Amino acid sequence: MTHLAYVAAAYAIAVGMPLFFSIEVLFRVRSVRRRLAAIDTRRNRSHP
Amino acid sequence: MHRFANPGQFLRLSGRVLPWLFWSGGLLTAISVAWGLLFAPADWQQGEMVRILYMHVPFAWLASAGYFSLAVCSFISLVWRHPLADLAAMEIGPVGAGLTAVCLATGSLWGKPEWGTWWVWDARLTSVFVLFLLYLGHIALVRAFDDPVRGYRAGSILALIGVINLPIVKFSVNWWNTLHQPASISLAGAPTIASSMLWPLLSSAFGFTLLFTAITVARIRAAVMERRIRSLLMARVSSSVYAADP
Repeated sequence: MTHLAYVAAAYAIAVGMPLFFSIEVLFRVRSVRRRLAAIDTRRNRSHP
Repeated sequence: MHRFANPGQFLRLSGRVLPWLFWSGGLLTAISVAWGLLFAPADWQQGEMVRILYMHVPFAWLASAGYFSLAVCSFISLVWRHPLADLAAMEIGPVGAGLTAVCLATGSLWGKPEWGTWWVWDARLTSVFVLFLLYLGHIALVRAFDDPVRGYRAGSILALIGVINLPIVKFSVNWWNTLHQPASISLAGAPTIASSMLWPLLSSAFGFTLLFTAITVARIRAAVMERRIRSLLMARVSSSVYAADP
């Protein structure tokens, strides 16, 4: 029990890292989809 | 193989597989975290500290596996000049660096109470630190050139040279007298670890593998779409330049 802080810190880092990467890629994909949709809409408008 | 590596085909296929990869990986990881933290037995020698190994070991395996996949993508990029391999290598780099950083951090957290020190320059720890530097070098080199193709080529060469470090990481505990203990699980023989500890470890390794595969695939998808945006914008700029030219 005296080493609980080490165990808790290791689990926090190990769980936090994939969580960070998941959230980061989610926002990245959302932003890139929005940009792509905007470009496609403009392209379709200029080339009917 | 080349048919599946077509960016359009990749987006279609990965779009179908990604939710399954992500949710199965997330679920298995959550189960493994609870298993390792609450239900796996304490070790007779290490006590509760053994629970750190259910996180540390999978990250160590994935750090090496990630670098191997980075090297494979780099080889494909250099030999066949495949654009998807370039993007895959570029996106594996940061994930691999993160994996190696967590491996080093959790190892230090285990080492302080068990060895009495956060860090020693023994062969295993040093070679994993070199692996971390190789990942950082690759990330920096790929993004260091104005022409992305030159960056991909330079990064690929570095990644292939760095492969020499992988057997050093793996066999350092056998080749040298290290503070780090030798492997408890090998493909050649039976594991020297109790099954009550082996199963949560394998479950954790499998869960994190699925999760990080999903994260990497999602990053490559984003990179493919970003490249498409760039080429559409370039096409628009060049067409407006030609239109303005008398």
